Amino acid sequence: MFRWLIGTIALSMMAARALAADPVEIHIGYLGHAGVKSTLSLVEQPADNDGIAGARLAIEDNNTTGKFLNQRFALDEVKVKDSDDVAKVATDLAGRNDYIITDLPADALLKVADALRDRGTMLLNAGAIDDRLREQDCRGNVVHVAPTRSMLADALGQYLVWKQWKRWLLVSGSHDQDKLYADALRRAANRFGAKIVQERTFEDTGGARRTDSGVTLIQRQMPVFTQQAPAYDVLVAADESEVFANYLPYRTWDPRPVAGSAGLVPTSWDAAHDQWGAVQIQNRFVKLNMRRMTALDMQAWTAARMIGEATSRTSSGDPKKVIAFLKSKDFSIAAFKGTRLTLRDWNWQLRQPILLADGRMVVSVSPQEGFLHQVSELDTLGVDRPETKCKLQ
Amino acid sequence: MRRRCLLTGMLVWLAATPASAFVAYVSNEKGNTVTVIDTDSWTVTKTIKVGQRPRGIEFSRDGKFVMVAVGDDDTIQVIDTKTQEIVDTLPSGPDPELFTQDAAGKTMYVANENDNTVTVIDLEKRARLGDIQVGVEPEGMTISPDGKVLINTSETTNMAHFIDTATRQIVGNVLVDSRPRFAQFKRDGSELWVSSEIGGTVSIIDPVKREVTGKITFEIPGLRNEAIQPVGIGMTKDGKTAFVALGPANRVAVVDGATHKVLKYLLVGQRVWHMDFTPDEKYLMVTNGVSNDVSVIDVAAQKVIKTIQVGELPWGITVAQP
Repeated sequence: MFRWLIGTIALSMMAARALAADPVEIHIGYLGHAGVKSTLSLVEQPADNDGIAGARLAIEDNNTTGKFLNQRFALDEVKVKDSDDVAKVATDLAGRNDYIITDLPADALLKVADALRDRGTMLLNAGAIDDRLREQDCRGNVVHVAPTRSMLADALGQYLVWKQWKRWLLVSGSHDQDKLYADALRRAANRFGAKIVQERTFEDTGGARRTDSGVTLIQRQMPVFTQQAPAYDVLVAADESEVFANYLPYRTWDPRPVAGSAGLVPTSWDAAHDQWGAVQIQNRFVKLNMRRMTALDMQAWTAARMIGEATSRTSSGDPKKVIAFLKSKDFSIAAFKGTRLTLRDWNWQLRQPILLADGRMVVSVSPQEGFLHQVSELDTLGVDRPETKCKLQ
Repeated sequence: MRRRCLLTGMLVWLAATPASAFVAYVSNEKGNTVTVIDTDSWTVTKTIKVGQRPRGIEFSRDGKFVMVAVGDDDTIQVIDTKTQEIVDTLPSGPDPELFTQDAAGKTMYVANENDNTVTVIDLEKRARLGDIQVGVEPEGMTISPDGKVLINTSETTNMAHFIDTATRQIVGNVLVDSRPRFAQFKRDGSELWVSSEIGGTVSIIDPVKREVTGKITFEIPGLRNEAIQPVGIGMTKDGKTAFVALGPANRVAVVDGATHKVLKYLLVGQRVWHMDFTPDEKYLMVTNGVSNDVSVIDVAAQKVIKTIQVGELPWGITVAQP
């Protein structure tokens, strides 16, 4: 029986080979970092395969299309630990793959970009939102699929101004990335005509994120922390480090909404997003991964789909051709955001609408109506061409 | 008994009556209703409660039934046009969106968005005959005038799949621009038009060579390019004039069927989706998804003459003899 089965498989494989030429193989690497960050909310705790799961779905989607074009896509997944030599790991991965999707912190990504500069490998940054990677530290071999902090802050800023919540109480964390997010929020307030009435810093004094009597303590702390603020419309929190922001909603001294790192959060994707055909990808994702799709999953999906799209448009397995097309004016990608996404040719940042979600629903999508731009309304989000510090090489 | 009724109904062709009044059925995606409009008085005569998320909607070939795909209920409901009530359901796959029928009205082909499949249904037996595997997120569906080729467009694969209706095998794939949503043949079979919502174009395909031979692009002064999102297409029987719904551009483009040049843009409601002609081709009715209404276009004058309020988020429309 078994032998018969093997015989049949072999026979059918031979038949298949006789019918069609070998498919063009496209190898995409995925370079992520090991370990997941700890979040205040248990439901927001990322899964081990956060990001990778999105790339896997895109590979399936690419292969469904690829079977009509005789193209086959494969994903090569590697995770690095802090102690690993990331440049060496990336060089190994680049030996097997022409494109690498990265979910790395900014410094690690720069190391990788510089190590691979002469190889022609294209990096697709799915994880790092740092503006500097698109500005003073931009690299010609890195395409940025993740939105920047300034894009996220601007998306939120436009909505708050549209809502006429123009007086902000800005509360930032004490870590570096919290300060960067606070900078982006200040910039947004300035651009769109909001006023930061006061700033406060929430010092991280350490401590566990999960304790048995946590709520009692927080309920005493947060009202006091937000007491005696000047009149404000909305509390805007910059807490990428997950130290305090999610403790703020419903606990502020004055009854005010919270936005930024908690409450109304700007994000590239949300599990509740169902417009513009998004329910299809949400369903496909849940079916494949048995969990809901996060922003990082979507960013990795989009990165792998961009390679798929450019490969099918050029009907080529030659990475030079594919990358040239990806960086050309003709390239665009559909990603369930109601508009085509294109690349900014001055720093290879993907233009994209940003969702504003409250954890249960998508409240709005920016750019907001009325924020106009001479090239693309999507360029009202983030650092625009005239202000860029990027010099691509 | 009911089944026999449907069976007989589907087999008998109604002789065309020279009445000038027709009936339009509009699916309201959010309202979970179908609005019935009398095209003589341009008034709503009835609102029918249907299943969840009704989108694709079409008269049966004999005009006795209206079939509406209710995606979130994973089925197609059948409305009796006499009683204007739901009388039956058809076994589609998961999340049916758009469908098409062969000329005889015997076989129906349904695009199931969730499943990368096209389901084939025997309309007489109301049985599922099989599935055809296609690209990611199948949507647009149409049949060639000679009935030999079924076209399905897949939104994430970005292709028009050519399917042999006899063998039910894919015989060709044509790559088009992003998110192809709707496909339509010229009545003489010489051209296949496919709209790409995100790409912002309509591809003209030579159905014999299976190649894109031209592309219609749209430009509206003062409107950002990304808002131009072609969806529904309507073409007059003589193939001389075509209408293309441009989604959030809130306009319908009038296109010369021969030269493929855009002649004019007609301002309609917000997020215009799909359309259908009255059988005499005097009027074209288009659904406006966000403004919850239907615009009526005088085809000869190329002017919007009327707006009719319907249910929440109107999507599909089908017009026929009463």
